[in-house]
Parts: sequence; C-alpha cells; structure tokens
Amino acid sequence: MSQAEREPIRVPIRKDTDLTAVRQHVRALAQRTGFGLVQQTKLVTAASELARNTLLHGGGGAAEISVVHGSTGPGLSVSFVDSGPGIPDVELALSDGYSTAGGLGMGLSGSKRLVQEFAIESVPDGGTRVTVISWADPYSARQGLR
Amino acid sequence: MTSPSTIPVLDLGGLLLVSIQGELPDESAIALQEDVTAAVANTGSRGLIIDISTLDVVDSFLARVLAEVAASSRLLAARTVLVGMRPSVAITLVELGLTLPGMDTARTVTEAAASFGVTIEQADRTGRGTP
Repeated sequence: MSQAEREPIRVPIRKDTDLTAVRQHVRALAQRTGFGLVQQTKLVTAASELARNTLLHGGGGAAEISVVHGSTGPGLSVSFVDSGPGIPDVELALSDGYSTAGGLGMGLSGSKRLVQEFAIESVPDGGTRVTVISWADPYSARQGLR
Repeated sequence: MTSPSTIPVLDLGGLLLVSIQGELPDESAIALQEDVTAAVANTGSRGLIIDISTLDVVDSFLARVLAEVAASSRLLAARTVLVGMRPSVAITLVELGLTLPGMDTARTVTEAAASFGVTIEQADRTGRGTP
C-alpha cells in the first residue's frame, strides 16, 4: 500500500462554494504531482462529485488531499469525511442511476470509474469516509511497467 | 428565487449566446438556468449557444444543469448547441456515464451559428472585423 508523503491538505466542505476550493486544491496538487491533463480532469471531476455528496448527504465535512507513492510512482489520495447518517447500503449507492438527492445518480458510481482506487467506510449514524486514489501515470501503474 | 447569475446572456439577433467563464458555483449554475430560460422566452430566440470552452471541469451537477437548460429551451421552441468542450472534459463525461444525448454540439460559436443559418463575421487577431 502507498504511503502518504506529508500531512494531508484539509479543505472544509460546508457550503457549495467550498466545492470550488476542493476542485482547485486537487487540480493544483495533481499538476505538481505530474498528472497529465486527462488524468487531472478525471480526478478533479471525481473530487467534485464526492465533495458534493459530503455536503448534501453527509451534512458537510472535509476533504483531505495527500500525495502518495505506490510501487508505480506518485499519485494523489483524496478522502471525503463527514459525520452524517452514513450510507445504509453501499452496494446500492454505488449502482448507476441510484439517487437520493434528486441528482442524476451518477456521482458515486461515476466517480468510481474516474479513479484507480476507491474505498468507502460508512457507519450507520457514524459518518462516511470515501477515499480515492489516482496515479499520475495509470497505464504503467495498471500493467506494472515501472 | 435565486439571485441572478453574473453570466451575460447575449442576444445575437435571434440567437442567444451564453459564455460560461471559469469556476461556476452550484448556486450560479441554477441562477443561469433561470436566466437563460427567461431570455429564451423573452427574446423568442430559436437558438441557444452555450460556450463552455473555458471550463476545465464539467461534473454531473453542471451536466444536469446544461441538459435541463436544453430541455426547457426545447419546450420553448429553441434548439441548444453546446460549443467548445475540451477533449479532457469529453473523455471524463463519457467515463462518468454522461453523454448529454439531448444536446447538439459544435466546435466553435461560428459553426454553431451557421447551423442556425446565421453567419458571424470572423474578427481577425487584432480584434477588427474582416474588411
């Protein structure tokens, strides 16, 4: 498993303008970590989806962004943490088209497709932590070429 | 009622042009939807061109807003053309599962206007119109 480089950057998610801050921080760090444009865009989009979930379903929380190093090079780990009601059925929530907030139901399931690693820890009434990892070079990462 | 969006809706003589600039907070996106739909109704425009060439991210929320603008404009007898999507945004939207099936697309505002039979004179690099 990868190891975090330094203390994560913590961005609060309390209102919808905070989503802009999350996107900007993730993009800036992805650029500095050597992400290509498409890989950057996918991660920033996933972060935007997940941060909105934190706001709408978790009642607010924070994003924690850190640079990680795996066997195939650097990447970014972004966790979205809230102390909301939790996700009762994670498998159902991850299916395409499932929505409780009147959205398109693509946020959670779609963002999973945009990153290389995706984990949800959710406790009923104890909050949710969604962690995604995206590698700067996902192709060599997938094939173990580096 | 939301506050008006800060994004100008330009009337190009029968066509409306909306250029979305930079970061768009959720509330502004919803305000934009109301402004644009009202402008379509008030001007009786048959065409709406939405330029997203400056956007480096389009997430499912903004995609939904764009799709709903197009759907409500269609009910008001105006066709919407989405212009200038960046390749990285297109790849990401498809992977996200959002292909915006109800919207026409074009590469440039000029090309979109031409699809409505409207010719936009190209300005040269100095900003002057061609002679």
